[in-house]
Amino acid sequence: MDFELSDDQMALQEGVRNFCEGRVPMQVIRVLADGGALDRDLWRELADMGVFSLRLPEADGGVGLGWADAVLVFEELGRALVPGPLVWTHLAAGLVPGAASGETVVGGIERDDPSRLVEHLGSLDVVLIVDAEGVWQVDAGALASREIAHPLDPLTPVRELTEPLPQGDRLAGPDTAAQLREQGAALVAGLLLGVAEAATDLAVTYARERVQFDKPIGAFQAVKHLLADMFTRVEVARGAVYAAGVTLDDPAVGSVERAVAAAKLTAAEAAIGNGKSCIQVHGGMGYTWEVDAHLYFKRAYALEPAFGGIDACADTMADLLAST
Amino acid sequence: MDLRYTEAEQQFRKELREWLAEALPTLPPKPAPDDWPARRAYDTGWQRMLHDAGYAGINWPKEYGGRGATLTEQLIYLEETTLAGAPYIGVNFVGLLHCGPTIMAEGTDEQKREHLPRILRGEEVWCQGFSEPGAGSDLASLSCRAVRDGDEYVITGQKIWTSFAQVADYCELLVRTDPGSKHRGITWLICPMDTPGIEIREIRTIVGSSEFSEVFFDGARVPVANRVGEENDGWRVAMVTFSFERGTGFISDLVETNRMISELAALARKVTRRSATAWDDVAIRREIGHLQAEMDALWAMTKRNLAQAERHGIPGPASSVVKVYYSELFQRLTDLAMRVLDRASLSRDDLGGLPSGVFVEERLRSTSFTIAAGTSQIQRNIIAERILGLPKG
Repeated sequence: MDFELSDDQMALQEGVRNFCEGRVPMQVIRVLADGGALDRDLWRELADMGVFSLRLPEADGGVGLGWADAVLVFEELGRALVPGPLVWTHLAAGLVPGAASGETVVGGIERDDPSRLVEHLGSLDVVLIVDAEGVWQVDAGALASREIAHPLDPLTPVRELTEPLPQGDRLAGPDTAAQLREQGAALVAGLLLGVAEAATDLAVTYARERVQFDKPIGAFQAVKHLLADMFTRVEVARGAVYAAGVTLDDPAVGSVERAVAAAKLTAAEAAIGNGKSCIQVHGGMGYTWEVDAHLYFKRAYALEPAFGGIDACADTMADLLAST
Repeated sequence: MDLRYTEAEQQFRKELREWLAEALPTLPPKPAPDDWPARRAYDTGWQRMLHDAGYAGINWPKEYGGRGATLTEQLIYLEETTLAGAPYIGVNFVGLLHCGPTIMAEGTDEQKREHLPRILRGEEVWCQGFSEPGAGSDLASLSCRAVRDGDEYVITGQKIWTSFAQVADYCELLVRTDPGSKHRGITWLICPMDTPGIEIREIRTIVGSSEFSEVFFDGARVPVANRVGEENDGWRVAMVTFSFERGTGFISDLVETNRMISELAALARKVTRRSATAWDDVAIRREIGHLQAEMDALWAMTKRNLAQAERHGIPGPASSVVKVYYSELFQRLTDLAMRVLDRASLSRDDLGGLPSGVFVEERLRSTSFTIAAGTSQIQRNIIAERILGLPKG
């Protein structure tokens, strides 16, 4: 057993981080937040880096890596708040032509989703519908919808479906549908882990600089303990998220369902908790649009319900406990 | 990243499991909680069995008689012994986890020859004389005084929270040798507990137990040859001791916490509340599932810490993170257990053939988890200052 990143995995992580820092620093993210539509050039560049084709075999133009690598990449994308239907397009690679190369932008929804909200719908080419029978594909343009004027996360625009979903073209059966849900949850957990880390970094930096009572506020224990808890939540969630990736690759080491539920639950709590604490540490400035803290907080809440929220994960864990 | 155990690791687990299945039924009945001589005999008897089977000092280097196991094997050892319900390390705790490793690293050859084999064989019991009434979280402010007189130190002062003092042969004692400086005025001594001038008074805990004592020193004389490290260098020596706790420090506590979550789920399915069981209450069930998710995450993090320690020689993001998280998680678990038990929680004895009393007992006992071995507040300071680099207050 050696649950430490390999040299290749560290290089992958660093590569994606460097790309994000260079290509989508916070100034750029801010511009994207005001623009609304997906930046197709950025999408192609993400595709060129292998964000969507990462797990496809090399023979199919992919990189031939596994889920453990994918969650590391998504952690970095989450840290940088990269917008777009990253998870659905990654899941669609190999199922929907053009998804892997970045030409086709893919979103998705559960058929019985009572919210009827689809993220990024205005920028999508294809929508995947997941239900008990399988995975279905429809053209995004064929869906009647209305724009939500005020989305929770300025970087996650949403549209509400105004007509019942069409049946769509069948892409895969129920087994694939079940797998997609678990895989999607693991990737979202990766994003949430990254959000939680970025919020911690921002809060720690501010606590070292901001002076009150003639001291950096980070010298006060009341503030220190908030920050220590942020770090703790990140490290605990990191263990679970990486374990979920490894378990998806090698189900012999444990229950995929359990590993993914633990990862999604702890990563969501880390991201929401740290988004909240990041605002608190910034004081009044944390309540402004100008400081980035709210972007982490809002992204955390926007991702929490995706592929099963905190309560659904806890229920899954309880069901698994009852069956042992 | 690889979560598979190697063949050698699986073989180690298999042999240990087989041995435990044979050895545990031969143990005598457990002694009463406050019968300290009997508890000493029980715990040291178990240590002797481990020794004779080659499982003593699982993390000690081979040159000192240990097994020199890898960190993963240590994890397996702690997992298997906890799951099999093997005796807790008990009165051997201080010797095996604190003093032994400290003497290995800092002691003289004579000190090593005298103490290490005896600790491994369960022939020597140690207690810890670190905390004082005026030096708890601020340990370096300790004032128990040692004055040099020829080839002896004359010790006057008081220690507190000394586990197993009633039955210990030796005490790892931190004393003040230079009142003029704080951290650099402390010395680490091996103090025989039969030295004249030592008085022990048991403390009664909120559980009613008596594992802690106050220890009073009134002119007790300890040979200078019993000093470990240099005079006034005892703080550094004590920090060496603490560093041994890292990596595998809290693993058996984690395994135990995990087991308790399963026990609580099992209990909830049997506890009836009016028409249904506690498990039929979605709020209760969800909370148990929630705890299990956090527990699994913490366990995964521990495996990462081990891998980092094994590869780089340095433990990953600090034992402080594990300590804070598991101790508070355990308290939330026992809080929930009290709600599951409802009015049955009025009894510390088991009721209706269910293991109810143990949860009430653990609710009381676990209040110490966030205090002992560095309070949660001190642990958070450590995380903030040593890991996040925030300024000292």
